[in-house]
Amino acid sequence: MPVIEISGKPVTVNDEGFLTNFDEWDVDVAKELAKQIDIEMTEERWKIITFLREDYKTQGETATSRRVQTVGGVPIKEQFLLFPKKPAKKMAYIAGLPKPKGCV
Amino acid sequence: MKKRVVILGGGTAGTMVVNRLHKKLNPDEWSITLVDKDNMHVYQPGLLLLPFGVYSAAELVKKRNNFFPPGIEYVRAEVERIDPEAKKVHLEDGLTLDYDQLIIATGTTPRPDQTLGMDDPAIWRKSVFDFYTLEGSTALRDALEEFTGGRLVVHISEMPIKCPVAPLEFTFLADAYFTEKKIRDKVQITYVTPLEGAFTKPVCSKQLGWMLTERDIKLEPDFVIEHIDPGAKLMVSMDEREIPFDLLVTVPVNMGADFVGRSGLGDDLNYIPVDKENFLSKKYDNIFALGDASDIPASKAGSVAHFAIDLFAENFVEHVNGLPMTHKFDGHTNCFIESGNGKGLLIDFNYKVEPLTGMFPLPIVGPFSLLKESRINHLGKLAFRWIYWNLLIKGRWIPISDAMSMSGKNQVTQKEGVGANASH
Repeated sequence: MPVIEISGKPVTVNDEGFLTNFDEWDVDVAKELAKQIDIEMTEERWKIITFLREDYKTQGETATSRRVQTVGGVPIKEQFLLFPKKPAKKMAYIAGLPKPKGCV
Repeated sequence: MKKRVVILGGGTAGTMVVNRLHKKLNPDEWSITLVDKDNMHVYQPGLLLLPFGVYSAAELVKKRNNFFPPGIEYVRAEVERIDPEAKKVHLEDGLTLDYDQLIIATGTTPRPDQTLGMDDPAIWRKSVFDFYTLEGSTALRDALEEFTGGRLVVHISEMPIKCPVAPLEFTFLADAYFTEKKIRDKVQITYVTPLEGAFTKPVCSKQLGWMLTERDIKLEPDFVIEHIDPGAKLMVSMDEREIPFDLLVTVPVNMGADFVGRSGLGDDLNYIPVDKENFLSKKYDNIFALGDASDIPASKAGSVAHFAIDLFAENFVEHVNGLPMTHKFDGHTNCFIESGNGKGLLIDFNYKVEPLTGMFPLPIVGPFSLLKESRINHLGKLAFRWIYWNLLIKGRWIPISDAMSMSGKNQVTQKEGVGANASH
């Protein structure tokens, strides 16, 4: 796994650039990750990132868009407005969590 | 007094487990009850091939109780809810069943009602079809027969779905079907997925990405459906993309049984959270969920249920004797993928190892090539129907191990695993 430097601290990422260690994440890292995918962090966006981080602690996996809607209270349509095109993947990326699961 | 294990659901997982437990449990100590709402066991892998005339509906259905061992109690009823504190199952006819151990194997079901406009009577099973039910698959066969050209859209609503590769197989088979009917040039095929591609694991994507372009199949990734406009025959996504169709073959949102939700045992899609290595409920130590009903991060597929249940019977005996469960499930999945024209592919993977290329050694009939089209892989899929009815669901031995083996697989070097960045 490559180690790269984000906002002055070393973090471990996978081949797709997703953080692999939950505890290497902080707010500055998140801002930098967001910048890399052209997302500017706002209050609404932080609300989702905070929810994802908290939810991961209890569930052990990244919340799906459906779960962000039903448990986190942000409709899927709004997730698309806040994180265009690939909300689930972008939200996980900024939150320093594994990419939500696909299939083959 | 005898203790009682109640199994809810007599499909692939429920039937395998009732046979295994019947062999393992002492009949002087345990009674076994199985509940299902009907007595029709559908060979679900056949539903993919039925629309193309490979099977008739009658060939895919047998009576459930033909496959139950003697001496078990079979109750035909709908489950209303479970009361886990009182250890009771309430049935819709008002009866209750007490249990010491409960196994939930009620699977997952397509739910067109979960997407606005999908089940509108003007289009449902007229120009919009599912193929994971006997009714849907049969109606689709008739629609394909009458189809003379236009826009065929194959679509997945939301993950997870039962048999995740089936929509892709359907697409390949449709391409071959229209080619054979000599109208392929009049049919535009589009594959629409909420995922970032048709294949999302790096090796699969690299090995199989060409299969769509070679067949002139258009790909529309990252499409999360918002609603269907029945009048305009249009799918609309959350980010307001529109896809028109003449014939839509969709996989509706899949959900676990509603009684699971009513009983407070499910997640937001009514799947039961369990330990992914032994299937014990995270909330109750006398409730297990097997097959598609659980939330384990493996494919919802019969092969997963099969490998899982081989281990489960051993674990169950340890568990009811107060011992720790020592058999751990690794997520082993094994799928034949139909690619049309009498060919197929085989994939074999688990929780940790993605599908790889290589050869799959199988005594007597194999070896099969992994992640590569071949005729023998297709024959393997056809032969599987016999194996299913005669060996698999009766809980008899078949020559594939529960734990995935690396034998014959080509390991990935670091370089090959490189994927896309989140912004792509």
